[in-house]
Amino acid sequence: MEKILVCIKRVVDYNVRIRVKPDGTGVVTDGVKMSVNPFDEIAVEEALRLREAGKASEVIVATIGDSESQQQLRTGLAMGADRAILIETAAGVDPLTAAHAFRALVEQENPDLVIMGKQAIDDDCNQTGQMLAAIWDRPQATFASKLEVEGSTARVTREVDAGLETIEVDLPAVVTTDLRLNEPRYVKLPDIMKAKKKPLETLQLADLVSDTGEQIVATHWATPAARSKGVMVSSVDELLGALKDKGLLA
Amino acid sequence: MSKILIVAELDGNSLNSSTRKCVACAAATGADSIDVLILSDQCGAAAAAAAQIAGVNKVLTVEAAHNAAPLAAVLAPQIAAAAPGYTHVFGPSTTFGKDVMPRVAALLGVGQVSDIMSVVSDRSFTRPVYAGNAILSVEVPADKIVVATVRTASWQDAPDGGTAAIEALNVDCAIPGHTRFVELASAASERPDLQTAKKVVSGGRGVGSEENFALIYKLADKLGAGVGASRAAVDAGYVANDMQVGQTGKIIAPELYVAIGISGAIQHLTGIKDAGTIVAINKDPEAPIFEIADIGLVGDLFDIVPELEQKL
Ligand SMILES: Cc1cc2nc3c(=O)[nH]c(=O)nc-3n(C[C@H](O)[C@H](O)[C@H](O)COP(=O)(O)OP(=O)(O)OC[C@H]3O[C@@H](n4cnc5c(N)ncnc54)[C@H](O)[C@@H]3O)c2cc1C
Ligand SMILES: Nc1ncnc2c1ncn2[C@@H]1O[C@H](COP(=O)(O)O)[C@@H](O)[C@H]1O
Repeated sequence: MEKILVCIKRVVDYNVRIRVKPDGTGVVTDGVKMSVNPFDEIAVEEALRLREAGKASEVIVATIGDSESQQQLRTGLAMGADRAILIETAAGVDPLTAAHAFRALVEQENPDLVIMGKQAIDDDCNQTGQMLAAIWDRPQATFASKLEVEGSTARVTREVDAGLETIEVDLPAVVTTDLRLNEPRYVKLPDIMKAKKKPLETLQLADLVSDTGEQIVATHWATPAARSKGVMVSSVDELLGALKDKGLLA
Repeated sequence: MSKILIVAELDGNSLNSSTRKCVACAAATGADSIDVLILSDQCGAAAAAAAQIAGVNKVLTVEAAHNAAPLAAVLAPQIAAAAPGYTHVFGPSTTFGKDVMPRVAALLGVGQVSDIMSVVSDRSFTRPVYAGNAILSVEVPADKIVVATVRTASWQDAPDGGTAAIEALNVDCAIPGHTRFVELASAASERPDLQTAKKVVSGGRGVGSEENFALIYKLADKLGAGVGASRAAVDAGYVANDMQVGQTGKIIAPELYVAIGISGAIQHLTGIKDAGTIVAINKDPEAPIFEIADIGLVGDLFDIVPELEQKL
């Protein structure tokens, strides 16, 4: 296998307590810690492991976002990716537009494998990988917890509601990661220095995708209704009593 | 005029109850008609079950050997071929629907609304974002087909009471050979299914080992409950992955949820927000799980759980 393309998205760090703006126009992102989407970090790690196992020769990380997203690309490079591509746009993109942009990138780069996260933890859409696979007319293996590449096929174990499903796909294909695929490596300081010298190319979204018009319009953000305050009990007997009062035990 | 097509999910040859949730959501949009599409190598039993759901007008079946396993790459072109004439195509927000529906949407050239929690109008919905820490209202433009997944924990099962006609459907599309099913490994369990159980008992990292999980199972069996787990418990190998509850596991809404040795990380809480009553047992009084628990008990689970089990 020659090339692996990994799509990584800049998102609000998973440890940040999310606050909805009082006017309902979004969530507060000013001064908030941003990171690589956790599933995408797993995607980078998997690509690096394939390269280290001699199954691929080059790992490219790509993102669609504003110039700040270069930070996340540098993280990918520091982890060990060979080069990075920023598809620049001032506004956020919906999954279908992202899929079309990655489709255009795939046309240019001809990767044998595209690894993406199963979902971005900001929009929680869980769509982009499947959409890319559809418009590229290639296989998809979503929610991967194990990936084995042998020649021109990949065998992927998927985390599904019923258990673990294994499928085989011809390459090129799109694989989306689940949390148990691997544990991403820590980036060390010398790697961060080295990453600064690695190539980072910038493309314009508008040059790759003609219609970036909004498909689904977000109209309002709200804070979810809070659960009402509960009670603390101090013994098993009190707990049983409280459950009986609620009619949950006979 | 809205006409909704629902993509049924099957467990083997039987209808998964997520399909009923989709019907409930479709009905809430005020649909003029609701059809259910079944793709399988043996559609009979699932079609008969779907035909009895109240509110369903027609059940369409595409019976073919290549539909034996639910491969998204194989099913999506068939669903897209069946879609013209419909204003909406819905599927469940289970791993089945999450896998196939975006592929259908992209083939139809439209975006997808993931995880419908509530219906505002036939083209406007709410859905959770940021692990359920914000609720987003979205609107689909009038000229676009609405492709969406339905967040199963937000909807009741549509009841029986219908007598829909069942029709075989011919879909004209190429079936790709690039994706092949190999196997499905499921840990067979006699216990109630986690996603539909009225009561669920879950264990976390605090349970400490696979052996100790026996405590959780015993308590669950006394309560007639399904068993779940936190991601930490799954990662540590105490239980199988299909028992994970949370943002990246199962989103559930049982009447009673008992969290044992679980700290209450937001990603876990996302999975249980719609539970009726949440009970937390944890030795750390500061554990965040107590902030959302209806009934909290501070103490060592190795004392509390056996006592509770014995007194039930
Ligand atoms: C992108 C992403 C997605 C995630 N998705 C999920 C998900 O879907 N589901 C999920 O659960 N997590 C998920 N997580 C992980 C989540 O952040 C937490 O790490 C995880 O939920 C912690 O599990 P836990 O509560 O069992 O473990 P811990 O946080 O380690 O808590 C263990 C608890 O057990 C208590 N305890 C220990 N011993 C005893 C005892 N003897 N008696 C009583 N109490 C005891 C401790 O006080 C502690 O509160 C996700 C994380 C990320 C980054
Ligand atoms: N703007 C983006 N830049 C880079 N990758 C993205 C972007 N949007 C989505 N992705 C990829 O698609 C995956 C799924 O995202 P989503 O469909 O938004 O949940 C993410 O984990 C990323 O791998």
